[in-house]
Amino acid sequence: MHLGVSESMRECEYSQISTRSSTPMETPYKHRTPKRRKWESFPGRNKFCCNGRIMMAKQTGVFYLTLVLILVTCGLFFTFDCPFLALKLTPVIPVIGGVLFLFVLGTLLRTSFTDPGVLPRATPDEAADLERQIDVVNGGTGYRPPPRTKEVVINGQTIKLKYCFTCKIFRPPRASHCSLCDNCVERFDHHCPWVGNCVGRRNYRFFYMFILSLSFLTIFIFSFVITHIILRSHQSGFLNALKDSPASVLEVVVCFFSVWSIVGLSGFHTYLISSNQTTNEDIKGSWSSKRGKDNYNPYSHGNIFTNCCAALCGPLPPSLIDRRGFIQSDAPQLAPPTNGTTMYGATQSQLSHMCDQDQCIQSTKFVLQAATTPLLQQQGSEPVVLTASPENGCSVPGRTSLGQPTPPTSTPSLSCHEATEMLPIHGQCHTHNHSHPLQEPMAHHHFLTPEEMPSPPGMLPCGSPLGHSHTIQAGFYNPASQDSLHEDSVRGLVKLSSV
Amino acid sequence: MAETHSLQDMRQQAAVAAKVFIQRDYTNGTVCHFQTKFPSELESRIDKQQFEETVRTLNNLYAEAEKLGSQSYIEGCLACLTAYIIFLCMETHYEKVLKKIAKYIQEQNDKIYTPRGLLLTDPIERGLRVIEVTVFEERSLTR
Repeated sequence: MHLGVSESMRECEYSQISTRSSTPMETPYKHRTPKRRKWESFPGRNKFCCNGRIMMAKQTGVFYLTLVLILVTCGLFFTFDCPFLALKLTPVIPVIGGVLFLFVLGTLLRTSFTDPGVLPRATPDEAADLERQIDVVNGGTGYRPPPRTKEVVINGQTIKLKYCFTCKIFRPPRASHCSLCDNCVERFDHHCPWVGNCVGRRNYRFFYMFILSLSFLTIFIFSFVITHIILRSHQSGFLNALKDSPASVLEVVVCFFSVWSIVGLSGFHTYLISSNQTTNEDIKGSWSSKRGKDNYNPYSHGNIFTNCCAALCGPLPPSLIDRRGFIQSDAPQLAPPTNGTTMYGATQSQLSHMCDQDQCIQSTKFVLQAATTPLLQQQGSEPVVLTASPENGCSVPGRTSLGQPTPPTSTPSLSCHEATEMLPIHGQCHTHNHSHPLQEPMAHHHFLTPEEMPSPPGMLPCGSPLGHSHTIQAGFYNPASQDSLHEDSVRGLVKLSSV
Repeated sequence: MAETHSLQDMRQQAAVAAKVFIQRDYTNGTVCHFQTKFPSELESRIDKQQFEETVRTLNNLYAEAEKLGSQSYIEGCLACLTAYIIFLCMETHYEKVLKKIAKYIQEQNDKIYTPRGLLLTDPIERGLRVIEVTVFEERSLTR
């Protein structure tokens, strides 16, 4: 039975049109674009280095300041204080200092360059499915409903899961959306400008190790620089000591101010780890007893030791965003309910990026086809077949010939509206930029997506799109009656539509 | 051979009728756990017991990955002592379990889901948010 089914399936495969066969339009497209890695089209506000291996926030100025402060202070310590201390006291001091310094640097770089636990945004299918479920719950109202929440009971506490409008997901508990990085981050602690990254589930232990080791390093340097100055002043007096080693003064000042803040921060985070809270939760007072007698932290493991072990030595989940993976272009797509045309050739992530742009392009092409058809008929030039290339997977009108422009799946009324807006802009561009008919008009068109178009209170009646644009262009092109200008405009329009 | 050939071609040529998403279940906290409730769209395609068994096995595998046991503690302490440099050479326990999960899903697809016109997508490809079940149209199977 099973064999019969697979055999009949095999027969079906060979009789169906294979999508792998290269059409003239597809192969040049595939050869032209090399395979891109996913980080290149990452939607959040992040900086990527080393071909996606390193991930940071966009603003990294303060991170470089942190790096400079640490390097300069330690550099001065090793250069000016360590030789004296190694001779006078013990050579172990620079060794311990060196180890601490390397540990601090390692954890800092680890914190800054690691993905904090960014949640990838929902695919269009997922988002549509969630929207459908929410609509069912809300009773199918057309307008955008108030912020959506879902309640879940965790260990006896009722927790509200919020819907993220940017990422189109219901945020898991303890996740939060960072407005600076524009990402939802799991177990979001805070966004730290000093490390130039968010602190979340995947890099919290590195962050904690960093501030802990930095506190030790700061206290270490502070105490030994003071020791150095005291020993020198025994030898040659206090003022002379300061004169002999001016760098020590700078180090003392930096360390003095750092100690208060860094040690304080370490203490605070030690408390957070032992009670298994995030900075976010602590600031909001989510689990404080002030909110109610029955309010407790449902994530705590019960005792301090387990909480600490879980936070610092627990399993480290891998990155969910697969930065270095290649963008797949052959994922199966949901068949849209149009007249038999199917989407193919685009990933869902690409779709979410390109659909608006592509709808715009398709609408433009339809308008141009509609506009140039009567123009060319007037001109009497050779018939031009205006084709639309199947780029990026949005619904494709297919090959069209003169006189039969096929509208894209966007409503005809929208494209009519675009015709009224785009033709004047397009015409102006042609009269001004003779040599660049492609670049600027496309740039203009890019911004005029159907969503951005304000719908006028009284929409122009769109009986036949062809007829409508005919009247529009007839009114517009009368001033441009010179033959050469007219010809150039037509040529430009035709060129644009075949892009 | 024939099975993998048909699997690949199914993915490319068969039209997708629907996509069913199994959401996460947070009642046990932030651990990765998917809802075992059987979706109504799959009633005609697959046995309820079989589907729930798949989801339950996946949940157990994820629980194993995130378990706070002696192995994860040793790994964590060792990593801390070496300033996390060993993560550059060693694969973490979590990553090993994810590979196991990927193999399990591939197996399940080959044995159970593809012959019924379904396809399970590894949740890691969806950021561990959902288990995506692609339902292919019946027409290629009934021909």
